[in-house]
Amino acid sequence: MFSRDRWQEIFQTIRKNKLRTFLSGFTVALGIFIYVTLYGFGNGLINTFDKFFQDDATNTFFLFAGRTSMPYKGFKSNRRIEFKNEDMEEISDNFAFYLDYITPRISRGALVKYDNESNNYTTRAVGPAHQFAEKTIIMKGRYLNGEDIKNRTKYAVIGRLVEKDLFPGGGNAIGKYIDIGGSSFKVIGVFQDDGGDNEERFIYIPYTTRQLIEKNTDKIDQIILAFDPKIGHAGSLVFESKLTKYLKDKHNIHPDDQNALFIRNVADQLKQNQQFARVLQTIVSVVAFGTIIAGIIGISNIMVFTVKERTKELGIRKALGATPRAVIGMIIIESVFITTIAGFVGLMIGVAVLGSLDLTLEDYFITNPYIKIGTGIFATVLLIVSGALAGYLPAKRAARIKPIVALRDE
Amino acid sequence: MIEIKNLHKSYKMGSNSLHVLKGIDFSVKEGELVAIMGSSGSGKSTLLNILGMLDEADSGDYHLDKVEIRNLNETKAANYRNKFLGFVFQSFNLINYKTAMENVALPLYYQKVGRKERQRKALKYLEQVGLKEWAGHLPSELSGGQKQRVAIARAMAAEPKVLLADEPTGALDSKTSYEVMDLIQQINDQGNTILVVTHEPDIAHMCKRIVHLRDGVIEKDEKVEQVRASAYV
Repeated sequence: MFSRDRWQEIFQTIRKNKLRTFLSGFTVALGIFIYVTLYGFGNGLINTFDKFFQDDATNTFFLFAGRTSMPYKGFKSNRRIEFKNEDMEEISDNFAFYLDYITPRISRGALVKYDNESNNYTTRAVGPAHQFAEKTIIMKGRYLNGEDIKNRTKYAVIGRLVEKDLFPGGGNAIGKYIDIGGSSFKVIGVFQDDGGDNEERFIYIPYTTRQLIEKNTDKIDQIILAFDPKIGHAGSLVFESKLTKYLKDKHNIHPDDQNALFIRNVADQLKQNQQFARVLQTIVSVVAFGTIIAGIIGISNIMVFTVKERTKELGIRKALGATPRAVIGMIIIESVFITTIAGFVGLMIGVAVLGSLDLTLEDYFITNPYIKIGTGIFATVLLIVSGALAGYLPAKRAARIKPIVALRDE
Repeated sequence: MIEIKNLHKSYKMGSNSLHVLKGIDFSVKEGELVAIMGSSGSGKSTLLNILGMLDEADSGDYHLDKVEIRNLNETKAANYRNKFLGFVFQSFNLINYKTAMENVALPLYYQKVGRKERQRKALKYLEQVGLKEWAGHLPSELSGGQKQRVAIARAMAAEPKVLLADEPTGALDSKTSYEVMDLIQQINDQGNTILVVTHEPDIAHMCKRIVHLRDGVIEKDEKVEQVRASAYV
C-alpha cells in the first residue's frame, strides 16, 4: 500500500498539478491558521482579564465618596460627602468580624526632585495595610509602618521606576532625601509591582503626614478595606450591603441615593469580568470553529472538483488495469498528504504569529495569546480526516464508473 | 483466443431501451488481425467495449483465452484488462501530465513491475514505435500520429493477449493513418492478436479479416487479401 512506487506516483500528480495542490493546500492552511490565531486571541483576552486583577488583592473593597443626589433629613441634595479618619476607626470597630485590614488612600500629583533630576509622580498617602491591597513587593528597605503613621514621619517608599528616574546610573535611593512638592522626604524603601510600569511610578507616604501637610485635616479620599477571605464571596456581598447601610446612615444619605457613596467590590468585579471573558472566548471559539467548518467545506468542494476533473484520467487508468482500490487509494493518499502538510504549515505559521504578536497586542486587550498545541493538532487532524472523507466519496463513485463512461468524459 | 456466443446488449435511454447488439457469434484465433466495420450506430464500438471488459453484455458467453468472462467485479475486470488486453483509442487517451515514457510505463505500474524494469520496457516499446527520442516529451508536445504511436506502445507494453483498437486512425490524416496501420501490421506480424474497429474501408482492407456489423448483427465475415500499409508510407 505504501510502496515507493505509489508515493512516486502521488508525488508526480501533486507536482504536475500545482494549481490544484496549491488550492487545496491553501484552503487547509488558511483554515488552520485562522483557527489558531482566533483561538489564541481568545486565550489572550482571558489572560488580559486575569492580569488586571492578579496584581491586586481580590478580597478588597474600594470606598469612594461622591455627592448626594437626594435631599434627606433636612440636608439638601448635591452635598459633598467626605470620609474622615473616624470613619475608618468606626468601620474597624463595628465590622471587626468581617474585616481583614483597612487603609486610607489619598492620591496627589507632585513634582518630585532629587539633585538635578525631577519628574511628576503620583503620591499615595496610605496606611501600612495598603501593601497587602496592592500586593506591593519591597525590593529594598521597608514599607511604611504603624510608627510612621503615629509620628507623621516624612518617609517615602518609592517605585522601582522612580528610583531609576531620579537616581540614574544605578544609584541607591535608600536614606536619600527627595523633594516631594516642596517637602523633603527620606526614602526608606523601594518597591516593585506586577501591575506594570504605571504602578511602579507611585510614591507611598504616611497618610497622616499628608494630612499634616494639608493644614492638619482629617479628610480621606478613599478607603480600601479587605474582608476576611474566610467569609467567601457570598459573605462579602452581605458585608458590602451592611457597610453601605452603615455609612449612609452615618453620613445622612438617603438609602436610595446612588451617587453619594460608591463601593467597588473587587471580588465581584473579578467574577463578572471573568464571566465576560469566558463569554468572549466562547464567541471567539464559535467563530474559530466556523472557520474550521468553512475549511472542511472548502476542502470537500476541491476534492469533488478534483475527482470530477480527473474522471477521464481515472478512466484511462482503469482501462490500463487500475483496480478501484488503487484509484481510491491514490486520491485519498494524495488528499491526506496535501492536507497534512498544509495543515501543519498553517498550524506552525499560526503558532509563530501568535508568538510574535506576544507583546504588540497588549493595547488591544490581548495578552500573551497562545493555543494549546493539542487543540491545534486536533483541528488539523479534523481537517485531514474531513479531507480524506470528502475525497473518499467522490473517489469511490469515480472508481465505480465504468471506464468506458469515464473515457467518454470530456 | 476470443470466443463469443449469442451476445446481447441494450442501453436504457430514459423509458426506451435501445437494443444495440442482437446476438453476436464471433471468434478470433491467435495472431489474427480483424477489422470490425460498420456504419455509426451498428454496434461496433459496443462490441469492442464488451470485448475489452470496459462494458458488460446483458447476455451471452464470452471466453477470452479460455477464461470465462462473466459477472466480473471491478477489481477482477481491472486485473483481466491489465493482464489480457491493450487498448488504443481514437482520442489517444494519454495522461497529459505524464511524459511519453511514463504513459507507456503506466500499465506496467499496475502490473506491479519494478521501476527499473518499467523504464526499460517502456523505452523498448517506444523504440519499436520509433519514438525513443521523444520519451521525455509530454503528449502536448507530440503530433497526433506520435500520440497514437505512444498509445500503441502503451497498449503493447503490458504484453497483452489481444490488442483492441477503437478507430485508431479516426483522428488522423491519411498519411499518418497509414503509418499507424503500418505499425499495427508490424505488431501483428510478430504474432499478436489485434482487433480494429473502423468505418474506413481502406483501413479495414489493411487487416486480414473484415467483420461487417449492421444493426447489431454480423452481416458478413470475410477473409481479405491484406493491403500492406508500408506501400503507402
